[in-house]
Amino acid sequence: MAIYYLKGGYVQVSMKLEMKDSPGQLVAALKPISDVGGNIIAVIHQREPDQDKKTLNVQIVLELPEGRLDNLIAILKGQGIHIQRIGKERLLYKRTVIIIGHLMHTDLSDTVGQIDSTGFAEVCELSMSMPAINERSSSRITIKALSKDDMESALAILRKISQQKSLLMIEPLEDIA
Amino acid sequence: MKVALVGLGSVGRGVAEVILKKDLGLTITGIADSKSGLINNSGIDIAEVLAAKKKNGQCGKPGVTAADIVAKAEYDALIEVTPTNALSGEPATGYIRAALNRKKHVVTSNKGPVALYYKELRALAQKNGVAFRYEATVAGAIPIMHTLEHGLAGNEILALYGVLNGTCNFILTRMADEGLTYEQALMEAREMGYAEADPTYDVQGIDAAIKLVILANTIWGNSAKLEDVERTGIDLLTADALRLAEEEGCTIRLIAEAIPRKNLMRVSPRILEKSHPLVTQGTLNALTLETDMAKEITLIGRGAGSVETASAIIGDLLYIRERYVQRA
Repeated sequence: MAIYYLKGGYVQVSMKLEMKDSPGQLVAALKPISDVGGNIIAVIHQREPDQDKKTLNVQIVLELPEGRLDNLIAILKGQGIHIQRIGKERLLYKRTVIIIGHLMHTDLSDTVGQIDSTGFAEVCELSMSMPAINERSSSRITIKALSKDDMESALAILRKISQQKSLLMIEPLEDIA
Repeated sequence: MKVALVGLGSVGRGVAEVILKKDLGLTITGIADSKSGLINNSGIDIAEVLAAKKKNGQCGKPGVTAADIVAKAEYDALIEVTPTNALSGEPATGYIRAALNRKKHVVTSNKGPVALYYKELRALAQKNGVAFRYEATVAGAIPIMHTLEHGLAGNEILALYGVLNGTCNFILTRMADEGLTYEQALMEAREMGYAEADPTYDVQGIDAAIKLVILANTIWGNSAKLEDVERTGIDLLTADALRLAEEEGCTIRLIAEAIPRKNLMRVSPRILEKSHPLVTQGTLNALTLETDMAKEITLIGRGAGSVETASAIIGDLLYIRERYVQRA
């Protein structure tokens, strides 16, 4: 189980829940989170159409005071909610950028490290091509972050690094609207 | 309706040919290129002028200037299609001012005057009770100004995104499709006549930024200037970068965007999914408007070309005739 320790005695947890697909079930599942003093950060709600069973799968990211997690799990189980997974897919937002320039000469591990050390975002994939020693290389970097705001902060860090290290950063066109 | 035509380059010839070929009810009474000019208030023989231009490079009498045509010919609307100077806006701005002061309508394809002096020229036209129209300055044949003014009347425009430079789009298309380097694709664009000998203006995003300024001023009246646009060109892109995008089902395009709520005007290469409506091929231009009522609307079409640009100019002229001249 992956639990991330935050400031102020809070922990951050993500869990995938399976419950009956009937009215009121989702609200019933979310209520105990605030009852134990937790905050919901994200709810991702998906119906899996290929399933025969009439169940609802919901992924939740939450923060709660340290030591309350067992209590929350017990309450949820008591309501007949099945907890499929806890703490794995913490970073829900994914963005891919392309960076062109002298990536190795400008300390690639420092570039990646500055994102990874934020605690809210990390570089999860990196593809790179280096044509020749003194030529500029091109890289594709995928970042995962906890929330949309965290992603914005992570990209802002990368923009700043690119400027400092004279790299050209190409960002995706944001979703319109 | 009587029109005067100053500028007889590719666009000017396109306009003259269309007026000659199609029965649009337009009569040219004055015409000028950079070296000569001609006035005939009962109507110039366009075929003769085009033949003379082709034969000896001049359309009329030496010594008769564009300024003479603007000041002396009898016309309802001036068609100003002289070469663009994005820094000074001259001599085009002078011609436009002179025509507006004579209470003549003006139609232009010239980005310089509109990007630099939009507010002044618009006010001058209003004061004189005439129209100042510039559909051809942005995205060639795409009727973006008509769409904004009429089709989307009453909508609030929340943001706009566009592929506004055909040269860059051609280079990026070739880099993506054939794995060419930037230099190879640029050379090909030159051979095809899509890129100038000095491509700076296109590849560094200046042309797209000027068009963005024209659009922003038209839509939001916010006195935007070229310096307000954050700008990154395509000249530092690598073939590998295009390939890395391709591996994810994406590609790279030079996108101009303006989002007032974020106080943002930017031209930059961006990663887009290949199925995105703004991913057009070759020299095609595209524009997406995000509005409060109509939501998103995307227009795609030819951004340059002699007859294509003439289409935008003719559209403006016929609008003026409909709106002002027939009633009078």
